[in-house]
Amino acid sequence: MSTMTTRPTPRVRLPSSAKAGELIEIKSLISHEMESGQRRDAGGQPIPRRIINSFRATFNGKEVFRAAWHPAISANPYQSFFVKAAESGEFEFTWTDDDGTVYSSKNKITVG
Amino acid sequence: MAHDLQAATRRQALAIGTAAFVAAVLAPHLVMAKPADVEAEMAKLFSGRNAAEGRIKLDLPAIAENGLVVPLAVDVESPMTDADFVRAVHVFADGNPLPGVVSFFFTPACGKAAASTRMRLAQTQNIIAVAEMSDGKLFTARQEVKVTIGGCGG
Repeated sequence: MSTMTTRPTPRVRLPSSAKAGELIEIKSLISHEMESGQRRDAGGQPIPRRIINSFRATFNGKEVFRAAWHPAISANPYQSFFVKAAESGEFEFTWTDDDGTVYSSKNKITVG
Repeated sequence: MAHDLQAATRRQALAIGTAAFVAAVLAPHLVMAKPADVEAEMAKLFSGRNAAEGRIKLDLPAIAENGLVVPLAVDVESPMTDADFVRAVHVFADGNPLPGVVSFFFTPACGKAAASTRMRLAQTQNIIAVAEMSDGKLFTARQEVKVTIGGCGG
């Protein structure tokens, strides 16, 4: 129950191109149990907390949005937010696990 | 008559079976600490600054059938310019074992101070959002969500 069988897979959806000044919505999802630390196993022992505690989005190296997730965030955490398209470049999305592991995904966008 | 009795027994058996199933599946989630102290958490975070009502739109279901996955969306009124933007929105739940749910940190590059995620709610409770503006002002909104089957909040 508390061990992760597969490595978390991030998925991000955003347009590949946009007009300058256009508001784009970015939707992201990552597979993760988000073990809250509030549950007990069949033997009554507390199951240790293990969640992704931080989601961060940068554009051309600069932070645009960040979320601090608490154990109340559902398994396979979803996050959506907006960015105003200003120039072409690359987004990098990073998810930080309680155990220090960082999962990441990169997406390019053309703004014209 | 005999048929009715049989049907009634079947219904009972089904009810017992369902209850056992619910207990078996949900029992691990029902081991909960005392509900969270949101007031104390907010006092710690905002050191006594007062929050005004308004400017935040909370989008939550009035009734959540499954407390394990409850959609949450916030949208704060703001020009989102370098001079005037929403720095953060903090979301709390007053009936979960822990008060914090999520904090969203925005920048003017967002263009819009809106975000959504999905959360666990242990029981029927209030969701409280506090927006921190770039000038330090705070705005708040709250809404109750009725939960049919509690999820293990954190």
